[in-house]
Amino acid sequence: MSKHRARDRAAPPTLERPGVAWAVPGLLFFLVFAIVPMAGVLYLSFTHWDGLSSPQFTGLENWSRFFGDSQVRQSTLVTGVLLVGNIAVQAPISILLGVWAAGHQRNRAVLSAIFFLPLLLSTAATAIMWRQLLDPNFGLPSKVDWLFGGSNPFGSKAGSIACLVLVTSWQFVPFHSLLYQGAARSIPHTLYQAAAIDGAGRVRQFVHITLPQLRNTMITSTTFMVIGGLTAFDIVLLLTNGGPGTDTSILPFSMYQTAFRTYDYGYASAIASFLLLLATVASVLLTKLSGYDKMTSTMEGL
Amino acid sequence: MRTRPNYLAGAAALVWLVIIGVPLYALVNTAVQPQTKYTDKGPVSIPSTVTWDNFHTVVDSGFLHYIWNTVVVAVATVAIVLALAVPISYAVVRGRGWITKGVFRLFLLGLAIPSQAVIIPLFLIVNDLGLYDTLWGIILPTAAFALPVSVLVLSGGMRDISNELYEAMALDGAGPARTLVTLVIPMSRSAIATASVFAALQAWNGFLFPLIMAQSEDTKLVTLGLYNFVSEYGANVPALLAAVLMSAVPILVVYLFARRALVAGLMGAGGK
Repeated sequence: MSKHRARDRAAPPTLERPGVAWAVPGLLFFLVFAIVPMAGVLYLSFTHWDGLSSPQFTGLENWSRFFGDSQVRQSTLVTGVLLVGNIAVQAPISILLGVWAAGHQRNRAVLSAIFFLPLLLSTAATAIMWRQLLDPNFGLPSKVDWLFGGSNPFGSKAGSIACLVLVTSWQFVPFHSLLYQGAARSIPHTLYQAAAIDGAGRVRQFVHITLPQLRNTMITSTTFMVIGGLTAFDIVLLLTNGGPGTDTSILPFSMYQTAFRTYDYGYASAIASFLLLLATVASVLLTKLSGYDKMTSTMEGL
Repeated sequence: MRTRPNYLAGAAALVWLVIIGVPLYALVNTAVQPQTKYTDKGPVSIPSTVTWDNFHTVVDSGFLHYIWNTVVVAVATVAIVLALAVPISYAVVRGRGWITKGVFRLFLLGLAIPSQAVIIPLFLIVNDLGLYDTLWGIILPTAAFALPVSVLVLSGGMRDISNELYEAMALDGAGPARTLVTLVIPMSRSAIATASVFAALQAWNGFLFPLIMAQSEDTKLVTLGLYNFVSEYGANVPALLAAVLMSAVPILVVYLFARRALVAGLMGAGGK
C-alpha cells in the first residue's frame, strides 16, 4: 500500500472499496438455508423426535446407539468403498480422455461432442435408464449372455456396488474430462516443445509436464467427486434401492430412510451430523492441499 | 512440429465411444419401439418399427407440466444465485478487512455441506415459512446450495480484473455501485456464464429438494416425475425410457443453442 500512498495524495479521488454490506443479503440467505440447518441438525441429534410432537431432549442416547449400530458401520464402509471406487475408476479415465480431447484435431472435436452427451441426462434419468438396461429379464443381461453369464447384476452386493460405480462413472466422467480438457488446453505449448527438443517421448511428456500441470484440476475434480459421493442418494434410491437387502444402503440413503420412512428424525440427525463431519474434514483437507483458502489466483475459475 | 498420430489413445477413445454410445442407442431405440417388440428383442435390437405411442403416453400423463416446473425452478434459481453471488464476490475480491476474508472462508466451507445432511432442519424452515409444496420451497434451498460454487467461480473471475481499471474508474469518480455495473460485471461475463450453468444444472438435476419439499402434482419436477413413472409404468419400459428421453429436452435445447457457453463454462471451472 505504501507505494500507492504518494500517488493517492497527488490524485484526490480515492479508490472506494465495496463494504461488507454488499455481501450481507447473500450471507443472510446462506445463513438461513445452510448454516442454521447445520446447527439445527446437531441439536436434533440430541433429541428424540417423531416429526409431530416437539423434540424431546435425550442427551447422548442417539449417539450411543449410533456407535453401536452395525448398520451404520456397514453404511460407512460401503460409502467409503463407493467413494474410493468412483475416484479410482473416474480419475484416470477423465484425465486421459480430457488430455486426449484437448488436441485440436477435427475428429477429436466430433468425438468429444458425443462424449459429453451424458451431461444432458440428470442423475435420476441416468439411473432409471441403466436400471432398465441392466434388468435381468429384458435388459442387456438377457440378451448379451457372453458378458453377463445370465446373472442378475443387482443380485449380489459386489454386483450392485459395481453397478453403482459403473453408472456414476458413465454419467460423470464426461463432466470431469471436460474440466481436464480445459486445463490441458491452458498448458503452455512451449513446455512440450522444450521437452521434445530434449528428446522426451510422449509418455515422459505426459508424466513430467501434463500431470504436474493438472494438479489443481485434480484437486477440484476430486473435491467434486468426494462431495458427490457423500450426497449420492438419488442414484442409490433409483438404481439399487439400497439392496440387495441393505447391502448398498450408504449413509445418505440410511439417513433418508430413518427420517422420512421411519420418522425417527432424532436418530437420522445423528447420521446426518456424521455425514456433515466427514464432508467438512474432506473439504478442509482438500482446500489445504489446493491452497484455495489463500485466495490466490490459482483458484481462477474454481 | 508434427507429432505422429497416437494410435493407442485413439483406440481407447473409440472404446469409450462404444461405452457412451451403446446405452444412448438403446435408450433411443427402446423409446421408439412398441412394448411387445421390446420384451421380445431387448434394448439393443435393430430398429424396424418406429412408434411415437410411448411419447403420447408420457405427454398424456402430464409430463410436460413437470418439464415446465423444472424450467421455472432453474430460471428462478439462476436469477437468485446471480443477484446474491455477484455482490458477495465483489465484496470478497475488492473489500478490505478480516470480515470479507471470513465471508469467503465461510462459503469455501459451505462447498462441503451435503444437502442430505441438513435436509431435516431445512424441511422445518421451509415449512415454517409456509413454502411447503410450493415451487419456492424448492427454489430457495436449491439457490442457497448453489451459492458456494458460484461465489468461488465469480470471485475467481473478478480477481483477474487489473487494478489499473479500478483506479481509472475511481479517477472518473465512480463509487462501488457504478464500478460494479460498468466495470466488474462486463469484465466477468464468462465467470457469470459459468456460475449460471452450474446453478441451472443443479436445479435441473435436483432430486432431494423436490422429493422432500413438495408432494402435489402441481409442484412436481421432472426428476420426481421420472421417479413416480418407475412405479406407475414400471412394466412399460419403452414408455419409461421415452420419459427419460423427454426429460433431457430442456437441457438439449440449451446445449444446441449455447453449446459453446456450456462447454466453456464447465471447462473454465477446472482451475489451472
